[in-house]
This record gives sequence, structure tokens and C-alpha cells, in this order.
Amino acid sequence: MGNVGLQLLWYFLHILLSIWYSILSIRCFVESCFITCGVLEKYKSLNTAKLRYLAIVIESEDAHQTKKVVKLLQWLDSIGVKNICLYDMNGVLKKSKESIFGKLRNAKPIEEVNEAVTPHVPDHMTLEFVSFADGKEAMVKAANFIFVENLKRQNFGGEIDGQVMSEPLLNEALKVVGCKGPEPDLLLVYGPVRSHLGFPAWRIRYTEIVHMGSLNFMRYGSLIKAIYNFTKVRQNYGT
Amino acid sequence: MANPQHFKTSDRTLINDGYEQTNGVFQKLIYLIKKCVLYALSIGPIPIHVAFIMDGNRRYAEKKNVVEGSGYKAGFFSLISMLNFCYELGVKYVTIYAFSIDDFKRCPEETRLLMDLLNEKIESWIVDENNESINVANRFGMRVRFVGDLKLLDEPLRLAAKRVMEATYNNSRVVLTICVAYSSTLDILHSLKECCEEKEDEIKVLEECGSGYGLIEIRRDNLKEYDDSMSLINLEDVERNMYMAIAPCPDILIRTSGENRLSNFLLWQSTFCQFENWKLFDASLFAVLGNCPLITEIRMERTSVGKQKVEGLFGCEFSREVFLFGSQFVFER
Repeated sequence: MGNVGLQLLWYFLHILLSIWYSILSIRCFVESCFITCGVLEKYKSLNTAKLRYLAIVIESEDAHQTKKVVKLLQWLDSIGVKNICLYDMNGVLKKSKESIFGKLRNAKPIEEVNEAVTPHVPDHMTLEFVSFADGKEAMVKAANFIFVENLKRQNFGGEIDGQVMSEPLLNEALKVVGCKGPEPDLLLVYGPVRSHLGFPAWRIRYTEIVHMGSLNFMRYGSLIKAIYNFTKVRQNYGT
Repeated sequence: MANPQHFKTSDRTLINDGYEQTNGVFQKLIYLIKKCVLYALSIGPIPIHVAFIMDGNRRYAEKKNVVEGSGYKAGFFSLISMLNFCYELGVKYVTIYAFSIDDFKRCPEETRLLMDLLNEKIESWIVDENNESINVANRFGMRVRFVGDLKLLDEPLRLAAKRVMEATYNNSRVVLTICVAYSSTLDILHSLKECCEEKEDEIKVLEECGSGYGLIEIRRDNLKEYDDSMSLINLEDVERNMYMAIAPCPDILIRTSGENRLSNFLLWQSTFCQFENWKLFDASLFAVLGNCPLITEIRMERTSVGKQKVEGLFGCEFSREVFLFGSQFVFER
């Protein structure tokens, strides 16, 4: 009897929380509509200068919806966000790369660009495509690269004592193994929960992480709000 | 594999030395409601590992217009309250981000204040106010671990931490990991360095034995350039050498103060971790746990490890099934 009572209480709590989250979702939806229609003044002028590099994490099943991804990128282009990293765990977006570039007029891959983040706003979009293999696996490759380089230095009479490992060394090694992208300022997660799903750990130390809901329900107003809130953030960086 | 255990209500409170103010009728009612909610939540899915970023203490002190040290003390009290809840819910691993490597950039007085508070609280877990050596952590089966670059800490604090770790080494009911002088960057670099040193030692041993041709190739003068086939260090090696290898990946990571970033905490381990940030320290854990079935897209692989007898309110006894959560999240429609 006690067990049944507690289970009922559990379901009751669950219903209460579900109602609360539903109310929050409706509020977000209404706010998003107002932002899209331009009713809310503060969101009209968005200063995106602070947002130098944006990352978007998409759940791999949703990532097959290339049209939605392209629409999202077009929204970002219109807002003035030009440097974007697209991530999904299974590499679905990487496979759809050509299709995405085909549908965007002024987008270039990061490999063709000298600097992903420039002081001035570029006239074209720079897109980077990343998957789980560029996270932990790339870190392992970088470790192997550094290990071999250390052994080389020892072999040729170098003056190093043991294995050398430092942050600058690791950054260089990651570039050698193909991970060149900078640290994003903001990471938007389009998925069921707020989780970065394996985005390269080395790059999200101080990145703001915002959950946007499922890609199926993406809204222009929510995007504006997320970017606006980011521009208002103050980081101490430990000081 | 966990054995079914019999918990009594009196054993549930981890530390109950006046942190919960239950003097008035209204406060007693709030306390009773909290207990009911706790019992109800413990029926449902419970995460194995919960991590906390203890943030916002200075902003709290500013808001309440008190001296900065009071903010940290208030934060500590909230933490103890949350540890209580985690213990009573049956969460096996709790990790807290007490002090980051970046926090050393703060003014020396503030750093000193934090270190003194840590020292005072650590010591209180070994010796009570009457100076009797009653080990609170041992009483509740809590193993305490400190992870980070402990060489950066003052010697008294480092020794106190070492004493607590040794005194609680054999406990297994709850594992409390306190990250001090820690950052994910440090954790990853430390792990990679350990891996490289391990591999180098391996090569030396194999060279002496004259075996292991694949590895000895590297030592020769005509060393080839690195390519992907030279996988000497693998992912398991890296994860094994991390400071945080003692605990599974966190299921939920809660940041107090409402900020939206991980601030160099558990970046490697939080691949499938649900990140929550709430300003109300107490409410966050309950809201997230009650939300678990809402996350219909995530199916946590669970293995039943047996039934556990629990004594509920008003003396009634019931059993609940205990699940061991895998750290692999599977998204399903």
C-alpha cells in the first residue's frame, strides 16, 4: 500500500512538473511570436559583434532534415552571424555538406578560409562540420602525435626530459590532426535535452550552452532571444 | 553489484547539526513536504552521478549586502542540504566543483578566505566540536576524494585532505568527489602526459627484452612521420588516467546561480550529461529528477540490481527496485 501511495505521489509530482514545463513552453512560444513580429523593442537591434563564433549541436536523427538546417543557417546569415560550426554526433551533417553548401549562396568551408574569426564581419558565411570523431578521438590522435614527436626529439639528442605536454603543444597537435576550429562563444543545442553530445571538449571551456528544443520546433524568435541573452552575459573567468 | 540494504529513517540524514531550521510550525511543515517529495522521487529513476558547480556565492553576498565570506558559508550550507538529499535519494556519486584553477586569479584575500573555509569544513568531517575523533563521513559510509592539482594548495589544507581521503578510503555507500585546483584542461593534459609516460616506459621495457617490434620502430633514427596507424595511446588509456576516472560520467550537472556554461568542468565526461542551471539550489535537483520521464527521447540502459527495503514515513515498510544506470544514452523516438 505504501508503495502504491508513493507511486501515485510520484505521478502527481510528475504531472505538476509537466504542467509547469508546458506553461514555460507556451510562454516561450508566445514570446518567440512577439519577437518575430517585432513587437518587443529590445530585440529589434541585435549587436552580434560579441558573437564571433557560433556552434550548433543537432541531434543526429534530426540532422537528416537538411532543409531545416539550411533554413536555420539562412536565419543566422540574416541576423549577421557568419561563422558557424555545425555538430552532430554521427557525422550526418558532414555527409550532407555538399547539399548544404549547394543551397546557401555565400558559404565557404572553414578549410578554405585563412582565419575563421576575423575582426571585421565577413561578407560570406564560414561553415565548419564536426562530429564525435573530432572530439575524443581527435584528442587521442593528438596525444599520439605529441608522443611520437617527443620520442623524435629524444632520439636526435634533444634536451627534453621525459614526455612534454602543455596546452600550446596540444593546440598545435590538434591543428595537425585536423581540428582547427576556434572556441565557440555560444553553443545552441537542438535536441531533446541540454547536452553537448560530445562536442569537442577542448573547445567549450567557457562557451555559453543554450537549449533550443527540437529542430522540428525551431523558431526564429527563440534564436533571436538566445543570441540577445548571450550579448548581455558577463563572464568573470574565475577572477 | 549493490546488495539490498535496509535503511532506517534515522540513518537517512547525512549531517543534521542545525543546518535545517525546523523550529516554527510552518518550517516543520515545509520540512515534512520536502521529505514526502524525497520519498516519492526515490521511487522513480535516480541518477547514479550528480555533479554541482557551486557558483554565485559572491553575487549572493552582494545581493544580501553582507561580507563576501558569508556568501561562501551560505553556499556551503546549501551544498550540505543538497548532499543530504542526494544521500537520501540513493545517488551513489556526487561531485562538486569547489575551486577552479582559474580561481587562483582572484585577489589573495579572497583565495585565502576560501582555503580557510575549506580547511575548516574538511577538518570538521574528521573531528567534531568536542575534539573527539568521530568520523562523520565514516558513519554514513561516505568516501571523500579530492581531485585536482593538490600541490597548488597550502600544506595544511593538502594534509587535511589527505587525512580525510585515508580515513574514508574503505567507504562505499556514497562517493563524494571534491574538485579543488581542478579544471578539465588540467585533467586532460595530466591524463595525456601520464599516457605518454606509460607508453615510453613500455617501449623501454620492450627494448630491453628485444621484443615488441612495432613500438621499437619508433626509436630508430629513420623515424617515420606520424600517421593514423600509429595508435599507441588509445581512448581507454586516456580515460583511465583522468582524475575523474574514479566515477562514472555524470548523469546530471547542476550549476547554481543560473549561468549557462561549464567553466572548464567535466567537459570530457559530460558527453551525455544533462546540464541544468537553476538559481534555486534546492529546487533544481527535484525538478530535474521529476522531469526524467519527460525525457522520452533518452532511454537510459538500466540493469536491475535487486530490491531494496526502505522504511517510509509513519513506520510503513516497502520495497523498491534499484537500478544501475549505464552511462550510455540512447536516443529513441
